[in-house]
Amino acid sequence: MWLFDKDLWVEIFHTLGKNMFRTFLTMLGVIFAMIILILLLGSANGMSNGFNKVFAGTASNSLFVWGQSTSEPYKGFERGRRIRYKIEDAEILKRQIPEIEVLAPRIELGSHRTTVTVYREGRTSGSSVYGDYPEIDNITKKKLIEGRFLNKTDIADSKKICVIGEETYKLLFDKGENAIGKDIRINGVFFSVVGIYKPNNNINIDGENAVFIPFTTFQKAFNTGDRMGWMAISVEPNTKVPVVENKIKEILKNKYDIHPDDQRAIGSFDMSEIFNNISSFTDVLKGFSFFVGIFTLLAGVIAISNILLITVKERTKEIGVRRALGATPRTVKRQIVVEAIVLTAFAGLIGFAISVGILAFLNSMWGSGEDFPFVNPMVSIPQFLISFLLMVSLSVLIGLIPANKAVKVRPIEALREE
Amino acid sequence: MIEIKDLHKSYKMGSNSLHVLKGINFTAEAGELVAIMGSSGSGKSTLLNILGMLDGADSGEYILDGVPIKDLTETKAAQYRNKFLGFIFQSFNLINYKSALENVALPLYYQKVGRKERQVKALSYLERVGLKEWATHLPSELSGGQKQRVAIARAMAAEPKVLLADEPTGALDSTTSYEVMDLIQKINDEGNTILVVTHEEDIAHMCKRIVHLKDGVIVEDKKIKQVRAEQYV
Repeated sequence: MWLFDKDLWVEIFHTLGKNMFRTFLTMLGVIFAMIILILLLGSANGMSNGFNKVFAGTASNSLFVWGQSTSEPYKGFERGRRIRYKIEDAEILKRQIPEIEVLAPRIELGSHRTTVTVYREGRTSGSSVYGDYPEIDNITKKKLIEGRFLNKTDIADSKKICVIGEETYKLLFDKGENAIGKDIRINGVFFSVVGIYKPNNNINIDGENAVFIPFTTFQKAFNTGDRMGWMAISVEPNTKVPVVENKIKEILKNKYDIHPDDQRAIGSFDMSEIFNNISSFTDVLKGFSFFVGIFTLLAGVIAISNILLITVKERTKEIGVRRALGATPRTVKRQIVVEAIVLTAFAGLIGFAISVGILAFLNSMWGSGEDFPFVNPMVSIPQFLISFLLMVSLSVLIGLIPANKAVKVRPIEALREE
Repeated sequence: MIEIKDLHKSYKMGSNSLHVLKGINFTAEAGELVAIMGSSGSGKSTLLNILGMLDGADSGEYILDGVPIKDLTETKAAQYRNKFLGFIFQSFNLINYKSALENVALPLYYQKVGRKERQVKALSYLERVGLKEWATHLPSELSGGQKQRVAIARAMAAEPKVLLADEPTGALDSTTSYEVMDLIQKINDEGNTILVVTHEEDIAHMCKRIVHLKDGVIVEDKKIKQVRAEQYV
């Protein structure tokens, strides 16, 4: 196999090594192109990973549904009627819509996003207080820094316990003080702290300062009866959130005598929309990176072809001698194409090594993803292989230009050249 | 060995056509040492180019060692050149970044001879031209005579049927010229067929036969008594 022919390689490195400086300059184009391509791809990957990290723990296929006031009069009701859900709605929805994976009812003390004063030994905290089911953890995961989250026994026994946010802890406890097992007071009822969680800075559904108590305990302690504030719902995989969202609204509108065209009465938020937007954003970014990178690469490879054209011109006589000695056009062509490949591949690898180094540096500086979404900026092996193969095939195609030029010169004309 | 019948060749120079060879008939037996003489423009280089398959004839026949040479593709021509012919040029045409040994081994490379065998063969040919000790030197480190001897070794390395020498002493002083001719005579003594294109009388008389070309035709073709170059060295 000619590829393993030592002489071919000796010849090639001889020719390339003869003019090291020019060879190096020739390669610069491809080196930079590869750096640009890999940096762009790596950064796009880093952003994509960063967003994934930001949303880690939040089910992407989820939605939230709450009650607002009606905007249309209907069936004798006036507009502006407040919609208040009942706990039975959760069961009704789950029964009627099989696509629902998890449905976690929630109730909030006071109206939405208003705070309640929480007391402990003379200290106070203005917190949001929620009555929750443990299932909520499947939709928005709580990062617990101490203790545990609500569980089924808490619900069954209506235990007077609570999980508090880090902010709440700071306001009610001394720094470093053990909060687990201590009591806090809400509206005159004492709750024992079982866990402290750290809120997700990027997606905040519960507010900075929140206290979670079991739903059943909430009902009894604050005498809310069968009321339910809102629902966090995740849908089965492969099910579209908007489809489920419409079904839910239809059932609820029917049950609460809401005008079918009333857009305001049922508030909802589709989490998947954000995820889709972000993933299409990063996809576009990746596609754009590839596009820009490939064209830069093409320019680099063309520069190599250009230099080879000059080299061929300089070596016209040598090529003539070789052909007089019996080099077939194929042999001559092959050597020049392989030169193009070697230059491109080598330059590509140098560029790759440099860019990976830069990405590693970026990763060590900003890769934690705390300040902005940028985590582990690296190219995947398939991405690298595709770029590399593309680059080499380009160099073959473009190397054929000087190769054909070399063969076009008849040996007699080549020999005549002085 | 070589048989040429009614060979014609013309070059297009713009709108004019220059008739360079006007019906050449020529035969050379194996073991001959033929000088082709003529002033510039007589067509001797064109004839050599056609003989060397570097150029094609317009009409006529060319038979080399029983093989008719016609309608050659570039690839076929390259293979025939490699198999049948050894070239010796006026300006040596060594590849300047290759050592003497590598230059000599080059035709063998194109014959797909293995690396080891190539080295051994090339070295033995260098030894025959008296340059074994110079094997690793680059052409730039050799004198003109040495370069031409390397070129002769290279031409012989492929063991061709015919050696074609185009003004082999054109770039050399007379002493060196005689050294080179001495070498050529000795190679001929071993039975090799050699054609030498020259315009120098003394060089021509060191061959065994002189063919005179004038205006594209052979005007004289005579056997001569060879002058040995040895006595001048």
